[in-house]
Amino acid sequence: MTALLELDGLDVAYATASGARRVVHSVSFDVQTGEVVALVGESGSGKTTTSSAVLGLLPAGGRLDAGAVRLSGTDIAGWSDRRLQGVRGARIGYIPQDPVSSLNPVRPVGVQLADTFRIHGRRDPRDIRNCVLELLERVGLDDPALRARQYPHELSGGMRQRVLIANAVALEPELVIADEPTSALDVTVQRRILDLIDELRREHGTAVLLVTHDLGVAAERAERVVVMQHGRIVEQGTTAALLDAPTEAYTRHLVADAPGLAEQPFRHPRPPIYLRDAGVAAAENPFALVASGLSKSYSLGRGREPFRAVDDVSFRVLRGTTHAIVGESGSGKTTTARIVSRFVTPDSGRVELGGTDVTQLSGAAKREFRRRVQLVYQNPFASLDPRQTVAEIIAEPLRNFAVGDRRERAVAAQRLIDRVALPADVAARRPTELSGGQRQRVAIARALALEPELVVLDEAVSALDVTVQARILELLERLQGELGLSYLFISHDLAVVRRISHSVSVMRRGRIVESGPTEQVFRAPQHDYTRELLDAVPGRKAIA
Amino acid sequence: MSAPVEITPRADAAASAASPAIALPGVDGSVPTPAAAAALASPLGRGIRGIRGLRGVRALRAQHLSLLVAWLVIAIVVAWAVVPWLFTGQDPIAGVPAEKLQGPSLAHLFGTDAIGRDLFTRVVYGAVHSLSGAFVAVTVGLVAGTLLGVLAGSLGGAVDAVVMRLVDVLLAIPGLLLALSIIILLGFGTVNAAIAVGVGSIAAFARVARSEVVRVRQADYVEAAFGSGARLHAVLARHVLPNSLTAVIGLAALQFGAAILAISTLGFLGYGAPPPTPEWGLLIAEGRNYVATSWWLTVLPGLVVVVVVLSANRISHSLGRTR
Repeated sequence: MTALLELDGLDVAYATASGARRVVHSVSFDVQTGEVVALVGESGSGKTTTSSAVLGLLPAGGRLDAGAVRLSGTDIAGWSDRRLQGVRGARIGYIPQDPVSSLNPVRPVGVQLADTFRIHGRRDPRDIRNCVLELLERVGLDDPALRARQYPHELSGGMRQRVLIANAVALEPELVIADEPTSALDVTVQRRILDLIDELRREHGTAVLLVTHDLGVAAERAERVVVMQHGRIVEQGTTAALLDAPTEAYTRHLVADAPGLAEQPFRHPRPPIYLRDAGVAAAENPFALVASGLSKSYSLGRGREPFRAVDDVSFRVLRGTTHAIVGESGSGKTTTARIVSRFVTPDSGRVELGGTDVTQLSGAAKREFRRRVQLVYQNPFASLDPRQTVAEIIAEPLRNFAVGDRRERAVAAQRLIDRVALPADVAARRPTELSGGQRQRVAIARALALEPELVVLDEAVSALDVTVQARILELLERLQGELGLSYLFISHDLAVVRRISHSVSVMRRGRIVESGPTEQVFRAPQHDYTRELLDAVPGRKAIA
Repeated sequence: MSAPVEITPRADAAASAASPAIALPGVDGSVPTPAAAAALASPLGRGIRGIRGLRGVRALRAQHLSLLVAWLVIAIVVAWAVVPWLFTGQDPIAGVPAEKLQGPSLAHLFGTDAIGRDLFTRVVYGAVHSLSGAFVAVTVGLVAGTLLGVLAGSLGGAVDAVVMRLVDVLLAIPGLLLALSIIILLGFGTVNAAIAVGVGSIAAFARVARSEVVRVRQADYVEAAFGSGARLHAVLARHVLPNSLTAVIGLAALQFGAAILAISTLGFLGYGAPPPTPEWGLLIAEGRNYVATSWWLTVLPGLVVVVVVLSANRISHSLGRTR
């Protein structure tokens, strides 16, 4: 039986100043009818290029050098755009990665879906309208008639991704290529979207090529996995075989680094030292940070109820441990982080740092407070000044507080670079020359420059690939051990939280719904919402 | 500003890979440090170079010719202003009445005017007046406008509102009218004309500077700087200004062309330098009585002005693009 899709020795190159640079090297794999195959790799591994090549949608400068793309036995590799139009949408559907930029913002989504039918030869407007409404209902959008009239900005990220899925399956193609369909979404939304793709596949027997960097997602959803690195296929096989006994070192790495898959012991705070004088130990304040009753509302304009971003939030961070705040986007976790790091002043509540109230600090006292709490941002591409060198960036906090002279600060910067395991020669480079993981290390080094008591990490590893993420988490753990730091770790990713944190608070709509030691919350969740979040972690089923 | 980007001829494109430093540096205007050059030798650096080099070569093919010509024009005109005697051996003020109103020839490239002065010589010697005028005008606009814009953008609130409304008022007055009113207040003359033109461009500079400052102020790295204990002035000097000035400098190049035109206009109307100063606008004004008989008196100086203004615009465009 011929495979539905068969790639045979695919070579793709991009034209560069120095001639063609090959990014995909003789990639061969196939997808059978009704099968889900996951294409897994880090960013830059060539997985997206491979999937674009199938549809003939390579970006400008990209060229298919060799190999065949056989769709039910017919080689479509050399086809013109005109000929491929009969294939795209009709026989192969495509779900893009970014639901925000993939829909035309000035046209209602219903009209955009109708275009798909119109392009492929349907003419009767009433017929098209019915098809669009039926389609929107099928992808699980309530009130299709209303949704069809709405513009993309009126829909949430998950809804937009549903519209894109509707577009991909509109003509009931035999194959759907999903390029990181859920990377931009919250875990619970991610699960619902993946469930939807599964469901549509079961109903219509559509095959799916799932492109993802997350081995957890692949493990849970795919029957077979193809692992790519540096534009080559490293390993491929059935999901179970590949996860149980990966033969290649790189695959083993991926499995170990995937936060949802690794079964690591929970972290526990170190027990107190019994040999110390009990009186001294009792007199010490064991908490680095105590937040109690924090609230913050934002006005939505006259006559409207103010939006309560943070509503009566309390938590404590034990010295030398990591406390995580978990929640989806809009849960108020970032606002909480910003209150703690004093970029936002709460309407009510107290933040105590090492026993002193810091909520009402301003002016010079607030500046002095900056020495004790540092914030690491989510996006290392935005949090470093592109015009400074790495050494300048890291030494800046020292310069602000006039610590040492110029030469001493340079030495200190070099020591910090070493501490976060960056090569010594990055000191003179600029952030634009560094990778995302390296930049985040620079940001961490800057946060450590003033030897703070508490580091607030706001989604600090969310923008990174799983392998890079694993290295940064290891670094954070090591630094905590060496320097006795306390972390407030803000994340939407439970798998990461499980790995790094000692205790956790789960936030939803500005309130904390559950908190406790990580092990307790993960093993015996009390609140429905926590359970829902835990169930949504990709890869959990695969190991359970 | 960045010197003319070094040109890699097409046939040489492949060779540029072997010598990585050629295509890369000039393109984004950054000066490569030795360490950065060393970084390029690493595998990571190679990837970056591949992408940037590609953009560089394409950009060069598309724009290098016109950009090179633009820089050449500006270089020649600056040379006219600095060492005019190298370009012509004749006197810009004293004429030879016997040779009046001659058409362009080898002896008189641009012909001669009504009292026998060599027009090319007058254009060459006039460069210093027009260029220094434009320079003064741009400096006035750049300094005052940027200051207002940075102030409004970084302080926000009431300061922002008041400053920007003042700027709106400035914008609402037609440029020429504003310049004429200021000259009438200050008195005639090249410098006063230049200041008048400069005041007219304050609004544009203030708006661009403010929008850039507002954009940069929202960047994470600015908040991170405050978060690491920096004071407002340190953040402005270290992060906000360096990151927002590129667009302002692009605008300065654009305004340079516009200022030459505006000063020439004022000279033409008689509000600039008094005769017999060979200022470009004045040259055109003097020639207008002879348009029917001696076309070169207006057309050739006019063409010089047009070419210089276009060149300044072209350079400004390239500054904006390589940001």
